[in-house]
Amino acid sequence: MNFPVIKGTGYVLVHAPNMMLEHGTTITVEKAKNPGSDFLKAIPDHIRSFEETVKYAPNQVYIGNLSPRDLETIPQPWFENFVEDADRQGKYGEIMPEKELYGLMKIVDRFELVELNEEFSAEIKEILKAKDIFTENQLALFDKPKSMDEISALVKNDTAKGLYDGDKLLGCVREAHESDPCLTADVVFENLVTKASGVLAMIALFKKNNIDPSEVDYIIEASEEAIGDMNQRGGGNMAKACGEVAGCINATGIDMRGFCAGPSHAFVNAAGLVQSGIFKNVVVMAGGCTAKLGMNGRDHINKKMPLVEDMIGGFAVLVSENDGVNPVIRTDILGKHKISSGSAPQAVIQAIVVDPLTASGMKISDIDVFAPELQNPEITVPAGAGDVPVANYKMIGAMAIKRGELEKKELMEFTKKHGVIGFAPTQGHIPSGVPLIGYIRDSMLAGEMTNAMLIGKGSLFLGRMTDLFDGISFIIQKNSGELSMGQDSSASDEFKQEIREMIAEAMQGIADSLARR
Amino acid sequence: MALDKSFFEGKKICCLGDRDAIPGPALAECMKSVGGEILFTSTECFV
Repeated sequence: MNFPVIKGTGYVLVHAPNMMLEHGTTITVEKAKNPGSDFLKAIPDHIRSFEETVKYAPNQVYIGNLSPRDLETIPQPWFENFVEDADRQGKYGEIMPEKELYGLMKIVDRFELVELNEEFSAEIKEILKAKDIFTENQLALFDKPKSMDEISALVKNDTAKGLYDGDKLLGCVREAHESDPCLTADVVFENLVTKASGVLAMIALFKKNNIDPSEVDYIIEASEEAIGDMNQRGGGNMAKACGEVAGCINATGIDMRGFCAGPSHAFVNAAGLVQSGIFKNVVVMAGGCTAKLGMNGRDHINKKMPLVEDMIGGFAVLVSENDGVNPVIRTDILGKHKISSGSAPQAVIQAIVVDPLTASGMKISDIDVFAPELQNPEITVPAGAGDVPVANYKMIGAMAIKRGELEKKELMEFTKKHGVIGFAPTQGHIPSGVPLIGYIRDSMLAGEMTNAMLIGKGSLFLGRMTDLFDGISFIIQKNSGELSMGQDSSASDEFKQEIREMIAEAMQGIADSLARR
Repeated sequence: MALDKSFFEGKKICCLGDRDAIPGPALAECMKSVGGEILFTSTECFV
């Protein structure tokens, strides 16, 4: 028994404007219902370039080149106030252009469903080869291109979805079955994007932290996609599929779902597996989601903004045995939204923030930083969804006021001191507190932070099986340096007693043998 | 100006909640308490 640690983090983004146009549900539904709408006509004037997304300050925070505190000093709108010296490579990962993701989709495809034309195959092979993260066998997949005539025919007869660069068709993703609604070209496309971006995040985790992927025992994938066929629509297993490509030869894994709360549940489970000794190294990871691209686009265009929901997100975090250095996950202080907790915002925060702290004798202000869902407010506020992180901080602060821990006049200061500004793309599970773990880990390793609480929330009612909300929280804490941190003293005493009994038994055996002589 | 709660008595009401603000069931409970007839309740997600 010992608290597990956060050993490394990887974060990636992919600029995906063409996927937004072809697979984002707001736009695809509009195309089906109102093909001549003003919204659709306006879209081309609101598409961002790759360079603009690299210079976009929230994206620079996501990959670790800026801290969330830096973002507070950059005036909005961030889509106009660019980070001029921005780099697509970051401390935690990278921002990838869409065409490179097409290539990565080809690499992660095990069923020859991704077809690329001759010209693009040659081009992307050289680009990906230069990244020095793919094997010769993986790069050899680009040596079997498809003719443009064949690709065009597949897209035209609706058995494949196109891979576009503007109006230019570069390739396609074919359906995996002619009559299975769970293996249509649309579904396979969506799942391959999640897989490719998830693999990219795992590669970032391993490369940026010098981690050998063969040391990973178990992978928990926490996206929101269903992997399966018409007989088992959500059968799985994306975790193992990603691990296979990322070189985790000694790992197996599982998909964990809970809408946006999935990642937080995954961390609690990963921590339990490591602390119990079942596995030593568990990766929690997820790729992004095509369906949510451009989700609030109508409002963004109405507000004369660019379509800033054009980023696919991904993350991967390694949870390992206590090394005495990296921050620990306090598995003894967990918050959970129970079935009986109620769904009002106050009831949710009571269950997942106040109750676990109270049970541990802590005050709300004892937590340095809270990491609720960290959606970029520049995406949500114009759409009328408000500033989600700030709403959470205000509710947490209000609970502190109610408990007499805080003066009402101190509320705004509380939200700034114990919160950060949102910077994650609205990709469902991606903003769920996890994007802050890199910053939290760095701050704790630098001695600048003592503890942080991650808060995951999930809209279970969207699946129409329950109208319940969900949430789960856990605390990350600076490592004290003691390798027995979190060790259960009663278990330790039991172990010592067992050793004493073994020694006594051995001594008795020696005494008996001597007596028989 | 204080809200006249009797305004809602017998009114047919659709409750559209936001998962990051007030959920649909919470709106419905409030409306029921002032005599509204709930026809439809939903909570949507925009993030």
